[in-house]
Amino acid sequence: MNQRAAILSLITPAYLWLALTILLPLSAMLYYSFLSDVPIGNREVSWTTENYRTFFEKAFYSELMLRSFKLGAEVTSICLLLGFPCALALAKSIRGRTKEALFLLIILPFWSNALVRIFSWTMVLRGNGILEYSINWLLPGTGPLDLMFTYPAILLGLVHSYLPYMILTCYISIDAIDNQLLEAARSLGAGKLTILFRLIVPLALPGIVAGSFLIFIPVIGSFMEPRLLGGRNGTFIGTIIEDQFTAVFNWPLGAALSFIMMGLVLLILFGFSPLVRRLK
Amino acid sequence: MIFLKWISRIYLICILLFLYVPILVMIALSFNESQLYRIPIEWSTRWYEALASNSKLHSATLNSLTVALLSTCLSTSMGTAVALAFFRHDFRAKRLLQVMIFPPITIPWLIIGTAMLVFFFWVGIGRGLHAMILGHVALSLPYVVIVVSARLKSFDSALEDAAKSLGASYWQTTFWVTVPWLMPGIIAAALFAFAVSLDQFVISYFLAAPGFTTLPVEIYTAIRKGFTPEINAISTLVIFLSMLLLLGVSRFYRFGGRN
Repeated sequence: MNQRAAILSLITPAYLWLALTILLPLSAMLYYSFLSDVPIGNREVSWTTENYRTFFEKAFYSELMLRSFKLGAEVTSICLLLGFPCALALAKSIRGRTKEALFLLIILPFWSNALVRIFSWTMVLRGNGILEYSINWLLPGTGPLDLMFTYPAILLGLVHSYLPYMILTCYISIDAIDNQLLEAARSLGAGKLTILFRLIVPLALPGIVAGSFLIFIPVIGSFMEPRLLGGRNGTFIGTIIEDQFTAVFNWPLGAALSFIMMGLVLLILFGFSPLVRRLK
Repeated sequence: MIFLKWISRIYLICILLFLYVPILVMIALSFNESQLYRIPIEWSTRWYEALASNSKLHSATLNSLTVALLSTCLSTSMGTAVALAFFRHDFRAKRLLQVMIFPPITIPWLIIGTAMLVFFFWVGIGRGLHAMILGHVALSLPYVVIVVSARLKSFDSALEDAAKSLGASYWQTTFWVTVPWLMPGIIAAALFAFAVSLDQFVISYFLAAPGFTTLPVEIYTAIRKGFTPEINAISTLVIFLSMLLLLGVSRFYRFGGRN
């Protein structure tokens, strides 16, 4: 059997599929972002950079982009602060079947429907919801909390959605650290904090970086979560892009905004690349 | 040390509470008689009974299952083939091709979804069942490649060499030796792909046609119209289905451990 024919027959279907569903659509979108209108029927369409200029000229869009990146950074940091200790505890202080069971319990909700999980937060946060009910039961007279349709509500829902990612990636890299290494450090007189910050954190850095990107990228493109939990306070670049495609039908502007967002993400990835390269 | 051990246990329990309490609340409220979610809960199954006669949800569920089943078959076979090619052969551009598998996970779904909408509309593929299958297969491919490759790591190539020296052809070796040995990994990958497709909302949302929606899209539309306990009931069923699937995967694939 000719080796080249074998390779080609194994990989061609998958990569043709990816070309049709990822590469060509992204190219089509890039093309659209330079058009003045959607080319349907007999509409006059011309080349333009106006869609990109709109972004830089109207403060509205750049402010929203900034707001989305801030949301992404906040969700990622909170997930790291909550998730890293959790992964550490799971990997290094629990053993055997309990460990396996706990790990499964943590990633179980991660595979349940994202939409349903956001919906479950509306049950907790809404006026007369469970949270308000329990707090007023514990401390009578607290009154309404008005958490629903606020920025913290969006933050809470997103952290809940993405926390398992961080726990998963940190767990994998912490679990791979040899216990003898930690023993050696201890016997040479290193304190707990020294071991944590000079040994465990640097060795777990690949997991931390991977988890951060896996969270940051989808969060800045999120639109369903801000809409359901943020209501009128839930306007982000993601919801604006969605509007261009489903409500306003200004596809060229939506395409341009998407590419600006991807460009900024790439810039950030590029900025982190010295760090990522050092990890290899 | 004992002290630290307890702190870490208590911390883990707090995280689990944070992850599960909202879901449990949502489930509890699906069994509540009151339309307005009045607390305390009056036990009732009326919202599940309402589901039984909601034909819109029935067709959406059927659509979801159809899309999931078809895209699972396609992505599992194509993904397994790619994993095999990476395992068996060294070739030019292998690194590049390996990286190219991942865009479906690393680009925001919003962008992939809208790009598919634009392109499919442009070339006349349009929206609906076939468009959704196109999208879902691309999304689950990376997961299939990762899971099957993990299983391949512990495969002994000597088995393939033995089959070949006994006169089996390339494809005979593949289908009678390698694939049967890989089966647990392939089943895990298929269940994974099924779960990915069943839970996928963003891509489906952009590719749904007026007469063809999936369950998550239908749930989203319902939530935006207003909350009703009927949504809790259907969400509860969806949650149990996906958790069941994941438990199925964990029988064949050890998460975060050595496979």
